[in-house]
Amino acid sequence: MAKVPVQFTLNGSEKAEFIDSGTTLLNALRDKIGDTSPKGGCHQGTCGACSVIIDGELRLSCLTLAETCNGAAITTTSGLAEGGVLHPLQRAFLDAFATQCGFCTPGMIMAAKVLLDHTPNPSRDEVVEALSGNICRCTGYEPIIQAVLTAARANSQNAA
Amino acid sequence: MALALQTFATAKDANGALKAAGTRYLGGGTLVVRAANEGDVSVSGLVRSTDPALSAIDVGGGKVRIGASVTMAEIARHPELGALAKAARAVGGPAIRNMATVGGNLFAPAPYGDFAVALLALDAAVGTDDGERPIETFLAGRGDSRAIVTSVSLTLPRADSFRFLKVSRVKPKGVSVLSIAVVLEQAGDGTVSSARIALGCMADRPVRAKAAEKALIGRTLDPDGIAPALAAAGEGTAPITDPIASAWYRAEVLPVHLGRLLLGLA
Repeated sequence: MAKVPVQFTLNGSEKAEFIDSGTTLLNALRDKIGDTSPKGGCHQGTCGACSVIIDGELRLSCLTLAETCNGAAITTTSGLAEGGVLHPLQRAFLDAFATQCGFCTPGMIMAAKVLLDHTPNPSRDEVVEALSGNICRCTGYEPIIQAVLTAARANSQNAA
Repeated sequence: MALALQTFATAKDANGALKAAGTRYLGGGTLVVRAANEGDVSVSGLVRSTDPALSAIDVGGGKVRIGASVTMAEIARHPELGALAKAARAVGGPAIRNMATVGGNLFAPAPYGDFAVALLALDAAVGTDDGERPIETFLAGRGDSRAIVTSVSLTLPRADSFRFLKVSRVKPKGVSVLSIAVVLEQAGDGTVSSARIALGCMADRPVRAKAAEKALIGRTLDPDGIAPALAAAGEGTAPITDPIASAWYRAEVLPVHLGRLLLGLA
């Protein structure tokens, strides 16, 4: 089958690849581009482990075809740390023991980042709602919710 | 197996390409890419359209026309579609709502398709290039539909006449045990003058509870008044059985949840 070109910005840098038509963004990111931070959990849109941010909106990369992302700006968890310094969400997840096996973590962090980008000081209910499409089988969610609330507080203190 | 995706500028051109065997329309991807990921080999090609008309929301004169590519998130945050927000937010989690489209929801098999349940109660018209059809007719024949849905149009309900309930075990986001949408008109004395009730998960697609609708006419919305409607709620339904609930369970709890919705307790 003929390859199709795709071109988009990934975490601020231009990427261009030839892929098989119909390749999911998840597979393009992991297998072609080498960004393995989005995880393939269920491939059905149920678990949220593959969540990425496309043009500011949370999307599931397992259900998105890469060729529909031409020209888009894509953010993944691997693009959050700057110069070896972790993003406040990553720091808070570590400090709060919000990762156990870690498989759901990149998706959780993407969902949390979109929330904090729009709602810098979310309520607990808003955090729960924002993470409602992401499944975690280890933590029981409480440390994750606390981590997001902690990161929000850290952000607002830095901004003050 | 790779899927060949063809993109067209207009829905009309995409309709032509959709005639090829094994070809499905790609909206948000939450149904058709999922099917391909699950190994559905009947899907060999995908067609989509980037026609801006498919993404438009036009509100005016108490009516709205929603393009088929409009997402649940866009409906939920639209300032003039507050009446539909609860039903749009009932679909999936945040990422799914950023992807799932109105057009796709019409094709979602139970237990999915909660928004289509609301559209059925609201008597929406489903638009294709061939014109508009009542949603009830459309849903009945949706398996044979080969024309791309371009829009849904409806009269916006008054806030107090439209009620929607999705019942799920996991909060805030879980798959439906069932969903119920009701449009009620009441006379000055409080009795019901017209009722339209749509149910999700009580068949493989959204269906109306016509016996319950009829039993509500002339009745008041109190426990005695709605009792005949609740007794008739399951008439003509064939609930699905899935890992969320059995058909038996869905049939047992339907009157309970319908009652709560009608009494304003849900």
